[in-house]
Amino acid sequence: MPDKKVTMRGVFVNGILNENPIFRLVLGVCPTLAATTSATNGLGMGLAATFVLLGSNMVISMLRNLIPDKVRIPAFIVVISTFVTIVQMLIQAFVPSLYESLGLFIPLIVVNCIILARAEAFAAKNSVMHSAADGLGMGLGFTAALILLGSIRELLGNGTIFENAVFGANFEPMLLAVMAPGGFIVFGLVLGIINAVVNRVSAKKGAQA
Amino acid sequence: MELSLTNFLLFMVNCILTNNFIFSRYLGCCPFLGVSSKVETAAGMGIAVTFVMALASLFTYSVYNYILVPLGIEYLITISFILVIAALVQFVEMFMKKSLPALYNALGIYLPLITTNCAVLGVTLLNIDNKYDMLWSVLNGTFGALGFLLAIVLMAGVRERLESSNIPKAFKGFPISLVIAGLMSVAFLGFAGLGGM
Repeated sequence: MPDKKVTMRGVFVNGILNENPIFRLVLGVCPTLAATTSATNGLGMGLAATFVLLGSNMVISMLRNLIPDKVRIPAFIVVISTFVTIVQMLIQAFVPSLYESLGLFIPLIVVNCIILARAEAFAAKNSVMHSAADGLGMGLGFTAALILLGSIRELLGNGTIFENAVFGANFEPMLLAVMAPGGFIVFGLVLGIINAVVNRVSAKKGAQA
Repeated sequence: MELSLTNFLLFMVNCILTNNFIFSRYLGCCPFLGVSSKVETAAGMGIAVTFVMALASLFTYSVYNYILVPLGIEYLITISFILVIAALVQFVEMFMKKSLPALYNALGIYLPLITTNCAVLGVTLLNIDNKYDMLWSVLNGTFGALGFLLAIVLMAGVRERLESSNIPKAFKGFPISLVIAGLMSVAFLGFAGLGGM
């Protein structure tokens, strides 16, 4: 729970690194797995979720003194699903190809645990500007993680990143990576590697202190 | 779809094995990873989800076809469905507490978590996308949830054994669970084409 001394920049960076929603908090697993079949899909899903997070965090923070404690969860859900409906309509109108490939998972942003978790844990207790910084940081952290996973799966499964061929024509794609099992396995391995790096860094810091 | 024994059985196999919510559609992964450390709690969660998903399919079908369509406000589908699900979960919780205290003691703690289980909202939206009628919507919800129950119980069985095995520190918890889920998902690929519809 940040106090007044916490800067906007601190809140923003916190969402991208220390509390990255996917790699550190492990929230929102379903969209992570479903939207990372390619880097482009990951980017699209990440930006859609960022928009919703930013909007819902700001509105919930504005209303935080008006919403009675007992009905706060339904109230948050209404705010979040309003933004999801807006983003769904925008994607359908302007990026129909993304709408096709993400399909069901666009309306399902409503039940993405990250968004409700930030509303409950941060926006309901902090000022509008801090909540906006938190929403933007968390959203971009989510987007970065999705692009990373999407690139790895696209590279293994298709030999491309953002549809640009990386390997020569002789590359034999590993189809499993873009199919359902690949999502689980790649995410698990990347998470394990990141944990190992974090453990090593914090061990070093501990030794210095 | 016509209701016949063959269709019914094919649909069941299709929902539970071929198009398993967790392993081939990525729906409901949060509780799948979060509540799968013990077989009993996993089974409790699975049963509670089955109950809510069958009811949610019935109610959202009615809301969509008798309220949203006649008024021409289909774009409110996401907002209205999530509210129906949240209200339904609350009612089920209150009803169970009052009339079925034994069941409430066993499943009560899982109920609030179900609102944000994306499999529930997912199945109700899929019912509308696939234009199922009321009966098939409820069957889709029930069988889909039974597939979830199967997946979460299998996962809990494996994780109970992991407790006593020697895993690298960095892979403890989520990473190893995800890799296991991936391997199970490979096994479920073997059902592809079975009960094809």
